[in-house]
Amino acid sequence: MNRPRREVVFVDGVRTPFGKAGEMGMYAQTRADDLVVACIRELVRRNPSLPVEEVGDVAIAATTQTGDQGLTIGRLASLLAGLPNTVPGYAIDRMCAGALTAVTTTAGAISFGAMDVAIAGGVEHMGRHPMGEGIDPNPRIIAEKIVDPSALVMGSTAENLHDRYPSLTKERSDRFAVASQQKVAAAYEAGDIQPDLVPVATRHAELGYGLATADEPPRPGATMEGLADLRTPFRPHGKVTAGNSAGLNDGATACLLASEEAAARLGLPAKMRLVAFSFAGVEPEVMGYGPVPAAEKALAQAGLSIDDIGLFELNEAFAVQVLAFLEHFGIPDDSPKVNPYGGAIAVGHPLAASGVRLMTQLARQFEQQPEVRYGMTAMCIGIGMGAAVIWENPHHADYRSDIGADGTSTQTDAPSENEEVTR
Amino acid sequence: MTTPAGSLSESFTDEVVTHALVRDVALPGGAGTMALITLDNGHDHTKPNTFGPAGLTELAARVRELAARAEAGEIVAVGVTGKPFIFAVGADLTGVPRIDTRDKAREVARLGHEVFSALSDLPVPTFAFVNGAAMGGGVEAALSCTYRTISSGVPALALPETFLGLVPGWGGCWMLPNLVGPERALTVIVDNPLEQNRMLAGPKAFELGIADAMFEPADFLAESIRWAARVLSGEVTVERTQAGDGPGRDEASWEAAVDAARGRVLARTGGKALAPLRALELVSAARTSSREQAYAAEDEALADLLMSDELRAGLYSFDLVQKRAKRPAGAPDKGLARPVTKVGIVGAGLMAAQLALLFVRRLEVPVVMTDVDSQRVEKGLSYVHAEIDKLVAKGRVSDDAATRMRGLLTGDVDKAGFADAEFVLEAVFEEMSVKKEVFAQVEAVVSPECILATNTSSLSITQMAADLAHPERVVGFHFFNPVAVMPLLEIIRGGATDDATLATAFEVGKKLRKTRILVNDSPSFVVNRLLGRFMSDVGRIVDAGTPIEVADAAFSGITPMPPFHLAGLVGPAIALHNNETLAAAFPDRFTVSENARRVVAAGKRGYYTPGPDGTPVLDPEVLDLFEAPEKPVELSAEQVREQVLEGLAQEARIMLDEGVVAAPMDLDLAMITGAGFPFFNGGLTPLLDRSGIAERATGGRFLPRGAASVPEGPTT
Repeated sequence: MNRPRREVVFVDGVRTPFGKAGEMGMYAQTRADDLVVACIRELVRRNPSLPVEEVGDVAIAATTQTGDQGLTIGRLASLLAGLPNTVPGYAIDRMCAGALTAVTTTAGAISFGAMDVAIAGGVEHMGRHPMGEGIDPNPRIIAEKIVDPSALVMGSTAENLHDRYPSLTKERSDRFAVASQQKVAAAYEAGDIQPDLVPVATRHAELGYGLATADEPPRPGATMEGLADLRTPFRPHGKVTAGNSAGLNDGATACLLASEEAAARLGLPAKMRLVAFSFAGVEPEVMGYGPVPAAEKALAQAGLSIDDIGLFELNEAFAVQVLAFLEHFGIPDDSPKVNPYGGAIAVGHPLAASGVRLMTQLARQFEQQPEVRYGMTAMCIGIGMGAAVIWENPHHADYRSDIGADGTSTQTDAPSENEEVTR
Repeated sequence: MTTPAGSLSESFTDEVVTHALVRDVALPGGAGTMALITLDNGHDHTKPNTFGPAGLTELAARVRELAARAEAGEIVAVGVTGKPFIFAVGADLTGVPRIDTRDKAREVARLGHEVFSALSDLPVPTFAFVNGAAMGGGVEAALSCTYRTISSGVPALALPETFLGLVPGWGGCWMLPNLVGPERALTVIVDNPLEQNRMLAGPKAFELGIADAMFEPADFLAESIRWAARVLSGEVTVERTQAGDGPGRDEASWEAAVDAARGRVLARTGGKALAPLRALELVSAARTSSREQAYAAEDEALADLLMSDELRAGLYSFDLVQKRAKRPAGAPDKGLARPVTKVGIVGAGLMAAQLALLFVRRLEVPVVMTDVDSQRVEKGLSYVHAEIDKLVAKGRVSDDAATRMRGLLTGDVDKAGFADAEFVLEAVFEEMSVKKEVFAQVEAVVSPECILATNTSSLSITQMAADLAHPERVVGFHFFNPVAVMPLLEIIRGGATDDATLATAFEVGKKLRKTRILVNDSPSFVVNRLLGRFMSDVGRIVDAGTPIEVADAAFSGITPMPPFHLAGLVGPAIALHNNETLAAAFPDRFTVSENARRVVAAGKRGYYTPGPDGTPVLDPEVLDLFEAPEKPVELSAEQVREQVLEGLAQEARIMLDEGVVAAPMDLDLAMITGAGFPFFNGGLTPLLDRSGIAERATGGRFLPRGAASVPEGPTT
């Protein structure tokens, strides 16, 4: 049996504004599952031609799957969002790449033909669920030196990365961070962020209800001088600061994926087409390096080179980790191809939610830059991993839909047995 | 205004203050800043937001600040919403019993008007986001805004004032008819309150035009604010098709709607309830009056009603059914209750079958119904099955639940199936020897702890238990017909009944969702004894020569139906039986009507028969059975009423002296929930107190002044 691969498209993505974790944050008294529900409902509202009963699965990621992030959050959030109870759902965890993994996993299922449409997303309420809540590391990790003890502290892994690549200086990290803040401010100014935010009612027992309409973490006024003196919490006289790292945040994301055929049939837009994805492992104590091998694998799968990628949405867990990627691939620190709307250092990184933010932003950039054919979303993952996803821009002149004029896949007819699939 | 509100605060010392928390929110789409008021009393939804003097004063202060900010151009709109699940459920009435002057009463009305008018008069559009339960003053706060959204998940929206004895007096009687027209407004203002205080769910309120937009609860507030932004930007235009300025606004149509409602009110209350009539006047005037005129009239109406004994009795009644009903006086520690996992019911007649249905539905345990032959058992079972089918058809129970209920119910001629039951209830023929025999048979089968409950309506529990090996397990469990509808359950302690038995009976009654009252064993218990005295005196008066029509006209506004209609509903034979039991027990006070005996002997099923136009007329055959006394004494309706109430006062006093129940409140709770006596009379004893009958007939009041009546004014 030789079945062709079904193409998968990214239809739409939304997210809540991201908040600062903790008692003073705007989501301090808002439930994590309610953040997911807001995203799912917004997706459904924005895509009225989607018959909700056709959603084949709802995959929602969370790193800490307990409390309001527990109870198989994909299933519960789906019910809470008002999707029919015939739509199944599940929970996913791959730390920071949770939502990204929700996307690749459901995309794989769509491509396999197990379903036509999926909702994928993620949430992390780090105020309610601090990183490492309730963990119980196996003592063998230390006894048998399976993982360097510093690997469990993400900031320490970032310091380790500075050690490994001495050319990645604190000054470069800070400069990258300041630019991230400036790019986010500019993107807000240009209205590039707001259209994909869903406002969330935020209740607070003492303050009453509010409405979250914009990201809380950005510091548009950040300067090199201001960043220079920040504390280095992971090492005395270290290089990693709150200024050149993503903060601790609350937020959720969700996106709609479909087979190219289903999107055409249901009148759903194809904002991006999935080309390839890959995950890779590295030494856990330098987890920030993970995107490099992941990207290389994905490029190899796609038969593309790094030069074919015209836009990068790289998660900025730490500036140094993005810089390690850029340096490896010979991309300038200030390349306009990289994070044009800024990144997590400014808007925040609610762990398992972030992956879909990268995709939503890349999708908008594709629309704005039709001359770009391919883009990549990539991120580093705790315990030494990286993820990379390559997307194709449907607005590009050379883009060819896989769907024939009659709405059926042009591949389903007669693929020759030894035809090499290239794209 | 600080002084009057301040003096009000003295009455509302226990006010749980609903705070007005203000936050600015950025309206989506760059529509500017909205100041969002959250009404929140700091408790969860089990203690809903209410408006007392301190809360209103706080809201007024916030509204004043917002007016200044609006003038300064800092905000483009004001929103008002509630805490989770609750918008606001109206005025805080806890201080009302301490309001002792008309001026203070008027101040309650005036303060609400002042605050809500200020909200209406803000120089920017105002939006109420009705996220949860909204009643009375909560609805009026919402009506005072320019626009309203409502959550489709709102379980209850109502103007219940006339149910209690008030009018919607913070603008409701003026704003609502002008928003949705008089007909729809009167449905909310008078019809629903009279219909057992019916509430509207969110979608129904939206359909009536009370809200301009409806959103689902999941993201109600966020979507409401987005909608508000679109209204402000002109993207959405609010059209009110049902608005009172449509056709129907002319005097004739408006008054026709008011008159029709008046007809419905009079039919239900006999004109004895003041509040709905007062509300009708206000709604009638709302067509032409200015806000100032309307609110001044509402102030006066509220002041009058707040200072009326009817309202005070209404609040007393409300408190009885809300609080005392949930914590029955004298019930033993529920920790003593034993689990009940299987129930036996002796008898398969209509009453027994109703009980079987109630037990399978609410207790969700196996129920075994027995009777003397299989035909009766089958009949009982098929009755229950048919009732279950009806519940499914009405959507009250799911197919699965119905299957479960049917599976729980079995029937048999043999009582062996009771062996592992913990609770056996008999509902057989009302005859002591029959019941004693039944209990003896049951005792032979069940465990020594199994509770033996009797649904007798008048027989002695002590006597029924006397010959059993374990008389301590016998308890009275007296339901009212129809079982599914009447809330009351009299739980009767016999001479030997132990606390574990009693506690179990109370817990079972709670699971059956009944209003439980503890009664000490005595003839006919509470409701049937008082109604028995009532019927006995009425029968005696009619036998002596007063026409039935006169007696039947004497009790409008006191009993839910005239005495001879009631006798027909209960059945003349059953009424007679109760009468005979009581006359045997208390021959000095109870008499048995000879005419009633003749009616029963003739096999009549009632005193009235449908007339040519369908309305009931006295059955001529019944009238023929009546024998005229030699020297007829014909009383006026007023005299009948007076005499019969005096008898009731005497009986109530004796029952309290005998310790039949713990307090007058239990008599009243029983008469409200078991006999349908109206709220505005407080059931029975407040009516006897305020009419002076209690003092005249028994030498004293039942309740202290102020408990269910207006207190005496300040002594200074």
